Amino acid sequence: MTDLSFFIEPVYIATIFFFIVGLQRMSHPLTARTGIVWAGAAMFIATIVTFFMPNLTNLALIAIAIVIGGGFGYIAAKRVAMTDMPQMIALYNGMGGGAAACISAVVLLGTPTEVTGSLAVVGGLIGAVSFSGSIIAFLKLQGWMPARAISFTGQQVLNLLIFLLAAISGACIIIQPAFIPLAVSMYLPLFFVLALGFGLLMTLPIGGADMPVVISMYNAFTGLAVALDGFSFASPNYAMIVAGVIVGAAGSILTLQMAKAMNRSLTNVFFGAFGAKDESGGEVKGSMKAIEADDAAILLAYATKVIIAPGYGMAVAQAQQKVKELTDLLGKKDITVKFAIHPVAGRMPGHMNVLLAEAGVSYDQLFDRDEINPEFPATDVVLVIGANDTVNPAAHRQGSPLFGMPVLDVEQAKNVIVLKRGQGRGFAGIENDLFYRDNTKMLYGDAQETVGKLVQALKKL
Amino acid sequence: MIEISAFWTAIYIAMLAAFTGYVVISRVPVILHTPLMSGSNFIHGIVLVGAMVALGLATTPLEQVIGFVAVVLGAANVTGGYVVTERILQMFDKSGRKPGKEA
Repeated sequence: MTDLSFFIEPVYIATIFFFIVGLQRMSHPLTARTGIVWAGAAMFIATIVTFFMPNLTNLALIAIAIVIGGGFGYIAAKRVAMTDMPQMIALYNGMGGGAAACISAVVLLGTPTEVTGSLAVVGGLIGAVSFSGSIIAFLKLQGWMPARAISFTGQQVLNLLIFLLAAISGACIIIQPAFIPLAVSMYLPLFFVLALGFGLLMTLPIGGADMPVVISMYNAFTGLAVALDGFSFASPNYAMIVAGVIVGAAGSILTLQMAKAMNRSLTNVFFGAFGAKDESGGEVKGSMKAIEADDAAILLAYATKVIIAPGYGMAVAQAQQKVKELTDLLGKKDITVKFAIHPVAGRMPGHMNVLLAEAGVSYDQLFDRDEINPEFPATDVVLVIGANDTVNPAAHRQGSPLFGMPVLDVEQAKNVIVLKRGQGRGFAGIENDLFYRDNTKMLYGDAQETVGKLVQALKKL
Repeated sequence: MIEISAFWTAIYIAMLAAFTGYVVISRVPVILHTPLMSGSNFIHGIVLVGAMVALGLATTPLEQVIGFVAVVLGAANVTGGYVVTERILQMFDKSGRKPGKEA
């Protein structure tokens, strides 16, 4: 093969440039779409030129692995429903972390110096934690394991212990203390098992409601691991270092911003075990009052202003198309319809915007919490579709675990109709005061079916 | 072997990169959090390049197996991350056609 290696660094530099431009464009709504295309093109070229790196062997194996992994990633991402996107992000992030951990392993099996070896150990630790943590997040969001926070006594002590053991075994790979007669090949599996175990244990006690924040943090972790791996090669790979550090920094900021939007501190997220135990502060008075679809339709038909507050339940039931139909129908009756989008409704910030946009709901009908909250007192009917914690007035009550979380003040409207599958609690596992208010009626059933019934009933009126 | 001066050069670069990441992401509207998370998830797919190098320099069968796994995972990170981001942003494009209100 002709030596094209002089191409590599310039192409990597261009790649980084396009990554930054891509991210920049992705942070503005109007240019977001082109941003990913820029970054994608850059990644493609970077991958191609890497084949020309000097002294590389196993080229056929590399190509096969790319086809297998790339094929899986592409097909799985194409097939999955829009509602399942959050866990797909977790899954692919975990794979990135796993790849970083594997790279560290290869580096450590070779002949690293003390500096590169140490960097590989730290990168491997972070990568492995990100891998197992993201996989747990994926399983929780996918519903393949209970989404609730899983906690037990002594959990934090155990976690700390596992982490220390992982760190010690990692240090042993580098130092190889003479008093323990073990080869690197013995420490290495131990180190990775402990690191993976720590990621798993760290994620178990985190409830489903906090998952977006956690995924975002593991995203930053993976970026950091990639950067450290870039340092650990015999000749540092600057593309990995720069891209990894950018993701690490951007991901950290994003994590903090998301935590802030949910009014949760990171300490709370990781050590609060949100929703692990039943809430005891404050009792709920009154009872839940059920309503039939026909009666609900009449309430809607005689309203002049309706606000719809969607949540994860709408996403699960795939009810967005029906909701759009309902919106159109009400619009024809000259009823003002607005959507109140809580920043963390659904499982990801912006989840609802995406789903409603997919169904064709106009962008200018969607309102942010701060914009819509003053409008509730002058609203005739609020339809809560599969939302729970984001409309819980308990957030205004001191002592509630939700206290301080910004919520939609739907209870101020004249009538509130809550569409809900059953009488269960929200993701945070906290009783919702709203359901017991005098002006609240419960409309039970699968959201898609119930909204369908509402549409039918409204057509007859 | 990494020379000490090269090491410090890399630290300088890393510092500037961290600052870049910070500046690019701070003050974005909430609705773009998910696409941005997904987008940065795609960008750390550059790990694929490192995985290719790791497998390419692997000599023993064990190294080859681990390197192979690294490339498979890295490649899935790249394609999956791209498609997910693209699909999420497609939704915005549709709504973005209505000019006027920004997030």
